[in-house]
Amino acid sequence: MTVSTTVSAAPWLEQKEQQPLVQIRGVTKKYGEVTAVDNVDLDIYKGELFCLLGGSGCGKSTLLRMLAGFEDLNAGMITIDGVDMADVPAYERPTNMMFQSYALFPHMTVEKNVAFGLEQDHVPKFDLADRVHDILKLVELEDFKKRKPKQLSGGQRQRVALARALVKRPKLLLLDEPLAALDKKLRKQTQFELANIQDKVGVTFIVVTHDQEEAMTLSSRMAVMDAGRFKQIGTPTEIYEFPESRFVADFIGSANIFEGRVTEDGADHVRVETGFCEVFVDHGHSVKVGSRIWVALRPEKIRLEKSDEVAEGPNQTSAIIDDVGYLGETSIYKVRLPNDEVFDVTMPNQSRPTHATQRITWEDKVKISWDPSSAMLLHS
Amino acid sequence: MTDFTEDMPEPLPVKQLPISRQFMRRIQNRWRQIVTVVPFLWLLVFFLAPFFIVAKISLAELAIASPPFTSLIEWTGDGIMTIRLVFDNFVYIWEDSLYFDTYVNSLKISVTSTFLCLLFGYPIAYAIVRSGPVAKPLLLFAIILPFWTSFLLRVYSWMGLLADQGTINNLLIALGIIDEPIRMLYTEFAVYIGIVYTYMPFMILPLYANMEKLDNSLNEAAADLGSRPTNTFFKITLPLTMPGIVAGSLLVFIPATGEYVIPDLLGGGNVQMIGRVLYNEFSRNSDWPVAAAVAIVLLIILVLPIMVFQHYQGKASEEQ
Repeated sequence: MTVSTTVSAAPWLEQKEQQPLVQIRGVTKKYGEVTAVDNVDLDIYKGELFCLLGGSGCGKSTLLRMLAGFEDLNAGMITIDGVDMADVPAYERPTNMMFQSYALFPHMTVEKNVAFGLEQDHVPKFDLADRVHDILKLVELEDFKKRKPKQLSGGQRQRVALARALVKRPKLLLLDEPLAALDKKLRKQTQFELANIQDKVGVTFIVVTHDQEEAMTLSSRMAVMDAGRFKQIGTPTEIYEFPESRFVADFIGSANIFEGRVTEDGADHVRVETGFCEVFVDHGHSVKVGSRIWVALRPEKIRLEKSDEVAEGPNQTSAIIDDVGYLGETSIYKVRLPNDEVFDVTMPNQSRPTHATQRITWEDKVKISWDPSSAMLLHS
Repeated sequence: MTDFTEDMPEPLPVKQLPISRQFMRRIQNRWRQIVTVVPFLWLLVFFLAPFFIVAKISLAELAIASPPFTSLIEWTGDGIMTIRLVFDNFVYIWEDSLYFDTYVNSLKISVTSTFLCLLFGYPIAYAIVRSGPVAKPLLLFAIILPFWTSFLLRVYSWMGLLADQGTINNLLIALGIIDEPIRMLYTEFAVYIGIVYTYMPFMILPLYANMEKLDNSLNEAAADLGSRPTNTFFKITLPLTMPGIVAGSLLVFIPATGEYVIPDLLGGGNVQMIGRVLYNEFSRNSDWPVAAAVAIVLLIILVLPIMVFQHYQGKASEEQ
């Protein structure tokens, strides 16, 4: 396997001058009346691990299948490495796909499955054997090469599928829900393995997933999709910390979303008046004074303390505990604000709650507060 | 030595089921045994017993009696039992080239028909699998529809179609394509038409059942790995539909080899198949022993493909 050393942390910034590996321009796909993919544009650069994230039916798989050549476009253009893919059939594209069902050939051994793609390219015998051996070593399946797919566990099948897709050294590897069929523990472990393998082989990955945690762990950049369109494209941190819309804020992680009115718009701060306190944001935002706006607060970014006093000032308010959920590593508190809105607040359980009196519990009077950098202003 | 058993707590008493439940359990177990016995009994009474009767007759001699053959077991005067097995019938079948030629001809016709059924049936089954949700049940219905009409009636219809003054010839003459009627009825061609037509559903249905299970993503995966459609067909689709091909082929081949009605009605005296010979021996010549021997030899010829079938079935179920 060629080990690439040139994979950078942010190819989409460093390669900005260069041509993107994948260019998606105005791509639209309709099934009868239903528009699966609606006029989307996207650039993906060499070495990226790009995630398409969205709920079922959002068009993410359709877009992936169009890249692989299994679906025709109704409009728009896809180029890979500068070549227009319009007239290139699936069997001639420089892409390989890892299927959600793995689609391993049941009548062939692991070895034969992996070798199939190389045989199509008429790779010479000695080279073929070497490459099959190397890739099976990479996914730690050398000892299983004589087995048929049905003699393997789910995790092993997943690795065969990955090896089969990687062995041809495609320019672009497409992965359709690569971890969905694994159980939770194995999935978490495999997420990191997959990212490591991508790092080792230096192939550009596009991963389709509905699992936001998977997308966060894996991707260098991701696109959140809904109803055939991209809602936001960015790094996991950008998407989580700076969502642009209520949809994204709510889809990635959880968020307390509430309405407010902009009272001050400075170059380096924004003030928003809400039903329970003033929200002060310590960075600039292009909003109009007087306009109504959506504000989101992540539950883990809110501090919670017992207090009988009435909280005054920006970014804090008094509240009453409505409900408590103990989740082990964290606890989730439903707090009722003065205007009857209910917020979720999560706190790590850093010490064992031994004395019942120390615990925050039902009907307790509390004060919640957050940093000026925490509140997120949403455009839609 | 210390006896630890005294310190051990009393083992908890095993919870006894109430008597009525125990009784029900016992009946259920017995019932399960009875159910598994039924198929064996069925095979014994309706397959194995008749087979031994036919085998017995094939080893007897023709006699002017009722039934027209000698008994295998004879009692001599002083209470000694003798068993007399006569292999003359088999020797006769072997030596008379009529029988040998007829077997070969039957096999030729059934193998060719099976191949033709596969050739036409495979694409039909494939097309049905790929058809839309509205068309699929209709097409499947169309495959089964002929069974609603009597088999004999359908063969007679073919006689009407293929005869010298039949529909096809009349049509071709009316259209001016031919001047003289083409001889089709009472030829081997007519027999092929009849067999392929009659047995086609037995080829299509197992193929359909097999192909329906195939995951289309396997085709996509092959294409994705650089395989052209024809290559994908031979490397992926064909091997994975092999169980369906074997099942369908045997369902056509086995009954077609012993077919009687179709060669008799559509082939007339010109096409010799073993079913006709068997019928003639049995009813016209009243030579039951030779007829039985013909049937036994036919059975032996057919057992081989059945064994191949079983072998493949075992392998297929092992793989999936």
